[in-house]
Amino acid sequence: MSQQKQASAKHHVAGYAFSLVLTFVALFVALYTSLPASVKLIGIVVLAILQMVVQLIYFMHVTEGSKIYQLLSLGYGIFVAIVVVAGSIWIMLYNTMTQ
Amino acid sequence: MDLFDMKMPDQLIVWGNPLINGAWISIILVTLGIVFVLTKYKKWRWLWDEWLTTVDHKKIGIMYIVSALLMLFRGGVDALLMRIQLALPNLEFLDAQHYNEIFTTHGTVMIIFMAMPFLIGLMNVAVPLQIGARDVAFPTLNAISFWLFFAGALLFNLSFVIGGSPDAGWTNYVPLAGEELTPGIGINYYLWGLQISGIGTLATGINFLVTILKMRAPGMTLMRMPMFTWSTLITSVIIVFAFPVLTVALALLTFDRLLGAHFFTIDGGGMPMMWANLFWIWGHPEVYIVILPAFGIFSEVISTFARKRLFGYSAMVVSIVAISALSFLVWVHHFFTMGNGPWINSVFSITTMAIAIPTGVKVFNWLFTMYKGRIEFTTPMLWSLAFIPNFIIGGVTGVMLASAPADYQYHNSYFLISHFHYVLIGGTVFGCLAGLYYWWPKMFGFKINERISKWAFWVFVIGFNMTFIPMYLVGLKGMPRRIYTYREGLGWTGLNFIETVGTFVMGAGFVLLVWAIIYSIRHAKRDYESDPWNGRTLEWAIASPPPHYNFARVPRITGQDPLWRAKKKGETIFEEKTPLKPIHMPNHTGIPAVMAGFWFVAGFGFVFEWIPVGLAGILGVLLCMMWRSLTDYHDHHEVPVTELRDAAAEEIKNAGGRSARGVVNDG
Amino acid sequence: MAELDQKVNLPDFPEYQTEDGRLKIFGFWVFLAAEVVLFSTLFATYLVFKDQTAGGPTAKDLFEVKEFMAETLILLTSSFTCGLATLKMRLGQKKGVLMWMGLTLLLGLGFMVMEIGEFIKYVGEGATIGTSAFLSAFYVLLSTHGVHVSLGILWVSLLLIQVVKRGLTPITSRKLFIAGLYWHFLDVVWIFVFTAVYLTGLVS
Repeated sequence: MSQQKQASAKHHVAGYAFSLVLTFVALFVALYTSLPASVKLIGIVVLAILQMVVQLIYFMHVTEGSKIYQLLSLGYGIFVAIVVVAGSIWIMLYNTMTQ
Repeated sequence: MDLFDMKMPDQLIVWGNPLINGAWISIILVTLGIVFVLTKYKKWRWLWDEWLTTVDHKKIGIMYIVSALLMLFRGGVDALLMRIQLALPNLEFLDAQHYNEIFTTHGTVMIIFMAMPFLIGLMNVAVPLQIGARDVAFPTLNAISFWLFFAGALLFNLSFVIGGSPDAGWTNYVPLAGEELTPGIGINYYLWGLQISGIGTLATGINFLVTILKMRAPGMTLMRMPMFTWSTLITSVIIVFAFPVLTVALALLTFDRLLGAHFFTIDGGGMPMMWANLFWIWGHPEVYIVILPAFGIFSEVISTFARKRLFGYSAMVVSIVAISALSFLVWVHHFFTMGNGPWINSVFSITTMAIAIPTGVKVFNWLFTMYKGRIEFTTPMLWSLAFIPNFIIGGVTGVMLASAPADYQYHNSYFLISHFHYVLIGGTVFGCLAGLYYWWPKMFGFKINERISKWAFWVFVIGFNMTFIPMYLVGLKGMPRRIYTYREGLGWTGLNFIETVGTFVMGAGFVLLVWAIIYSIRHAKRDYESDPWNGRTLEWAIASPPPHYNFARVPRITGQDPLWRAKKKGETIFEEKTPLKPIHMPNHTGIPAVMAGFWFVAGFGFVFEWIPVGLAGILGVLLCMMWRSLTDYHDHHEVPVTELRDAAAEEIKNAGGRSARGVVNDG
Repeated sequence: MAELDQKVNLPDFPEYQTEDGRLKIFGFWVFLAAEVVLFSTLFATYLVFKDQTAGGPTAKDLFEVKEFMAETLILLTSSFTCGLATLKMRLGQKKGVLMWMGLTLLLGLGFMVMEIGEFIKYVGEGATIGTSAFLSAFYVLLSTHGVHVSLGILWVSLLLIQVVKRGLTPITSRKLFIAGLYWHFLDVVWIFVFTAVYLTGLVS
């Protein structure tokens, strides 16, 4: 561990700044632009994923400790999360004879 | 909902039906008997010190297995009652309501409170030993897992004498299981019993995942792990990612029933099919949770008694990893007939058929492991050999069911019932029994009597096929599941009668099995042999039963089947020259059992919708957690070197101090 | 600075010092991965039911930009202060840990007060858990997050008592680090609530 460099306060301030910017951009895209709804939805989901990455790297130190296993666990969790969300929406809302 | 309205159900104490009266009387007698024996022989202290507060994975494993055998008995009695009712047309042994309750509890008990704890018990006994670890990663959490399972099982099993059993099937489909159609408290027992034990199972998944990934002995790389450890690792992965879905599904239905929410109701915009969707997102991975560890056990047993290295080790690993991902992608095949469009049914038909491929790979691996081996027909090997054809019958009919258009014919018929009993008994139960026989001498220092056990095996397997082959046929003749009686002249009578006889033959097999165990406990020679089967993996390198710290010296691993290699070369896997060091071991603690007691109180309160009681239980749970947080600074003790010397000498003697007895004929 | 005398002789990354600490941190990551699935199931439920309003209030009737932006900013800030507390912990500065973690707790409490206020307001407008499937899913998703935050407040308070009593040791550091992971994770969940519930509710 000790050869790794300690994250500095500056690093944390940068993470905080990123998260604020991403939040306001999402708010702006969703409410104050005239993009089509589907573009807006994709846009804010992408921003949310970026926001998650910011938290993971700047605050949660995901790259320390058992890095590979931690990322694998998280990746598997996200795989199942996507299956559950996309699968449920497909099955419950788009389950018609023509789809 | 009024917070302090502690209303009584119609019948708090269920009394009147002769079967239930009998159950009451036996519960009271058995409880009194246990209390009497513990008091007379002054065993209360021993019970508390040695078992209720233990954090030793081997003892926790034994407690899981004992509980699972009790649940096998309970679920088996349910099965017998159902088969008596269906033996002939128009019987009135059970009424419709009682029949509904019994098929519900049979399914739930067998899956949740028998199959899973049995396998988790075997994992507890064997996995830390197989990887050369001194315990699991989180021993106290492991005890919490067990006690939560125990509290959940106790709560669920109380239902039939206090307040009434759940009666909507083990899948608990809404709207039937909703408040309007089933207002009593039976369904609440289902929801809370599964919820509490499910939290324990999730903790087990995390515990074994971390244990296997982080606590292997030096040199034990992932691709050198025994196959049972591999299957436990993958099972843990599936548990960790599937059980949260069950937690949520149960909670949502609880809110529907308790707070008037509208998730699964017909009015208010709810969608009953959403329950089926969530239930099976968990439920299908659950099928693999109860089959993969059994696959692991068969791999160990077949390799040991064929005296050959497991054929196609890496193909086996790739297969179970593939199964872990695929198991999350097939769930819709449980409700093909709920009015899905052709796209959804087609996609899920294909994923379902795809999962047969890795499973098929494994069957060939087992067959090739035996090819040219020197097969020794011990009882664990017999169960493993019987597994292959029986499981294939279940598997092939599963592929038939995977085809969505064909499923419209088979769905909800006895064909389906027979299919999943062939995989769950032929796979899981045979696996549990093979594992029980295989690791029994490691747990207790003596073998189960082989002669009685072989009788038990043949009687059970013959009874099993006698029950379930006719069930396929009667299913094809159109008999639907979950009917409590049928009329004459449908062509079902003869087959049903044979099934009932078969069930009793299976029951006789179970009695013989119990007799074999009791007989062996009383008469078997205690040889405390560390390696009674001429084994290949680390658990056979240490004493039987192992000391609580397992390994006095941590072994060094240089390849697969480390003990076998050492025996072949006449070497030892323990380094005699390294000095012994004191070992840190976790202290016993009463918190897990007390905390599970509070969970039980909470569950009981919420089952009856007595909110203050439920909240009091939750408060107790929180206080236990806080107490633990404040006091876990000194939860370890040191085992001094003087205590380790004998065990260390034993290890050296066992692991390579003499050559292997069997003929070593692999490369 | 008075902080100097608080500095303890701790190794770098004290939370990883013991084998037990390393196991527990990894175990907690696995737990969080399971929580990802738990919350994703609640999100799936919410997204399936979000238009099932059964004639009751809709997202547009209820949500107010100012309110949910305030909640979001409070939680984001608390994640930042919690990150600084971890930093101070690694520097062995007990006082800094107590200050930043204390601030995190206050922000968490502020968030809970706002959320409960929001719920009370909605109920006053006739939007209860029993009104429609949309509201059932809304309340259960948000309260699951809220209960997590409340438990987090209880947990961190308990840890701060231990830090005051025992100082920063490898054990208390590990406990703080894990509680920090939990707190940041809840922030991530909230980002998805913000996106999938509030913003999405006002988009369409």
